[in-house]
Amino acid sequence: MTFEWIKILYALLTLFIVINYGLLMTALVQKIGARVGRRHGIPIYQNYIDLIKNYGLRSSITHGYMFYLAPVFRLSGGVGLLMFVPVIYGSEMFSNFSFAGDLILALYFVFFGTLGMALGAGESGHPYAAIGISRGLSQVTMAELPFALAVFAVALQYQTMSMTEIVAAQQGGVMNWTLFTNPVSVAAAMIGFLGSMMRPPFDLVLAPQEIPIGPPTEYHSSYLALMQTNRVIYPVAKVAIFMNLFFGGAVSWPEFFVKVFFIYLFSAFVGVVFPRFRVEQSIRWFMIWGVPLGILGLVMV
Amino acid sequence: MKDELKKRTIKGPDGFEFEVDPLHDYYCDAPPKVHPPVYVKIVEDLFNWARSESIWILGFGTGCGAIEMRPLMTPRFDAYRYGVQWRPTPRQSNLFIISGYLSVKTLKRVIRSYEQMQSPKYVIGLGSCTINGGMYWDSYNTIKKLDEYLPVDLYIAGCMPRPEALLKGFEDLKKIIRAGEGEGANHYAENFDWYKANQKKVINDWDMPDYNW
Repeated sequence: MTFEWIKILYALLTLFIVINYGLLMTALVQKIGARVGRRHGIPIYQNYIDLIKNYGLRSSITHGYMFYLAPVFRLSGGVGLLMFVPVIYGSEMFSNFSFAGDLILALYFVFFGTLGMALGAGESGHPYAAIGISRGLSQVTMAELPFALAVFAVALQYQTMSMTEIVAAQQGGVMNWTLFTNPVSVAAAMIGFLGSMMRPPFDLVLAPQEIPIGPPTEYHSSYLALMQTNRVIYPVAKVAIFMNLFFGGAVSWPEFFVKVFFIYLFSAFVGVVFPRFRVEQSIRWFMIWGVPLGILGLVMV
Repeated sequence: MKDELKKRTIKGPDGFEFEVDPLHDYYCDAPPKVHPPVYVKIVEDLFNWARSESIWILGFGTGCGAIEMRPLMTPRFDAYRYGVQWRPTPRQSNLFIISGYLSVKTLKRVIRSYEQMQSPKYVIGLGSCTINGGMYWDSYNTIKKLDEYLPVDLYIAGCMPRPEALLKGFEDLKKIIRAGEGEGANHYAENFDWYKANQKKVINDWDMPDYNW
């Protein structure tokens, strides 16, 4: 395979589209959450303003090297994940740098940002950050288990580790989606998905009323702005993986937007309905509901 | 000063002895700097607009006025519509609402929180207590004029002001910020000695560095 330089431009274009889409979509989901509480919530463009303001703050302080690096780690986790996911199936422009074994790489990248955050938050020295990180790591590790099992099931089912081929196998009608050909694994994966989205009932990491916002407690100005940027890229990239693996991928941008929105909305819906789990409760919940489903899905394949 | 804040020698569990100076080791005590608007005017204007449209409030209620801030989050007033949000940590907030009377004990915490906020930062004095002491005018334990201890950008008078008054206050603050006049942090840095002298006059058990962030 020859490397074409134009691909870099295409990848940047993907990044640009995803950032804008993510900014608007997360604001929209927040508005939907506000409507559940009978409020109107933030304006749809609020995320842009927050971002400009945080980049425009005049002073910032540091707690050490890792404090600098953590937002960078996090952002590279998000961007890296996006870069290796074939965003639009069948499009030369937007398949990015996906290759034969990208599924394994994606699994790794999903975890990458959390680890970077753990180092940075540890260095910030705030007790809430340390508490949040220890909770977050145990919970994300646990939520990763059903998801990983589901990914293995899908890889076995289609006999490939390439996301593009998995999407290709699901083309030709809704009934070809993994959702219908292997529903048990998809259910397990969606349980894992809930756990990694930092929304209630699994938002113990941030827990606004308890350990105020957790890991990023000490982060401010540009550091926070970098993390906010990542917070709109990373979920979209992660949802794109789910879309590719289980929901037939997308052949055009509008299809991508709609599918990502609904998959994202799934976690938001669960979030507004259910109260927060404690960390031992959520781990037990994943053990009881997520892991057996994942194993069952694997066995059925 | 409390014993645990004094400079002392500590013997570690492995028998190794080392010196600890809490005020010096645990705080950064460099004085505040003036951060001028260095950018081209149009960029500074853009930033000022963004700052005015994205006001993050430190969720710290000092007095009875705190109860007037809560309804702003509810469906009836819903301040989120105006880009006003609450942050639980001083690092990420831009606006400090001193909500009502301020006892000397709270003033200490307020100063520490204020100094941990990142520039540019704004202060709103809520209620008459922050202007002249209000009904606590002859109290031995509350401060009377907030302006002597922190640079205040805006007062919202009343005892207590209704949430509507707060919303109006936010709109006025937005105008101040957009006009480029919300320079309280720089004012604080320029007149640092004066503010510190005033603060130390009322706080008797001063057991923190002069500037802690």
